Amino acid sequence: MRLEYFQMVDRIAAMDLAARTIVVDCTLPQESPIFEGHFPGYPILPGVLMIETIAQAGGWLVMAGLRFRQMAFLAKVSEAKMRSFLTPGQVIQVEATQEHDGSGYAVLSGRIRSGGKLVAEAGITYRVMDFPNPALRAGLFEVARRVGVPEELLADA
Amino acid sequence: MSDSATYEKVADIISEICGIDRATITPQSHAINDLGIDSLDFLDVAFAIDKAFGIKMPLEQWTQEVNQGGVSGEEYFVLEGLARNIDKLVAAKG
Repeated sequence: MRLEYFQMVDRIAAMDLAARTIVVDCTLPQESPIFEGHFPGYPILPGVLMIETIAQAGGWLVMAGLRFRQMAFLAKVSEAKMRSFLTPGQVIQVEATQEHDGSGYAVLSGRIRSGGKLVAEAGITYRVMDFPNPALRAGLFEVARRVGVPEELLADA
Repeated sequence: MSDSATYEKVADIISEICGIDRATITPQSHAINDLGIDSLDFLDVAFAIDKAFGIKMPLEQWTQEVNQGGVSGEEYFVLEGLARNIDKLVAAKG
């Protein structure tokens, strides 16, 4: 994870488009300016970044289901719970399940686990739209390849 | 479900999700112009309608049709029109 660049997902570990599920792996960095402020002398991942991590994991699933023809933007967070802290260097898995594939929107539920223990959970609603410009599309595709999105899903976008 | 029952269900959903007094909602209410439902609340309304009726309202297609001028917004966003289109989707589902 590169928190200051909002690169929350390290690698897609598993994605099942038929079952509408995804699992991603992430490792918190040992050092980050974010930890210097949150909190001095007691570095933990901010809860909003736990939510962002769930949203990004689910976002890859939504966009993969759309064969990357459109972009998923975070629109709503519901029932977010941060059950325990995450600290520098900690390894986490994020699971997300798409609950509904709407027209122009999508709804998911997601969970963060570490060592099998549930750390955080949230419901996420995305607004699904055409890419607003080619630069975003190109940048997103670059990240998609880095996190391991199968090339065939990008091919006909 | 009859047209009337569909409208009643849609009105109930809008009232609950958007916090709008149920008595102020009528079949002639325009979801945006009269009831003031914003785009984010409309996502919640759409999700609740999709779930309640087991459908996927083609909102992107409807919006495109309205924006291109081929169809009046009232067809999809005045509640009696919306209910009529929901019934069509339910019927098409079989």
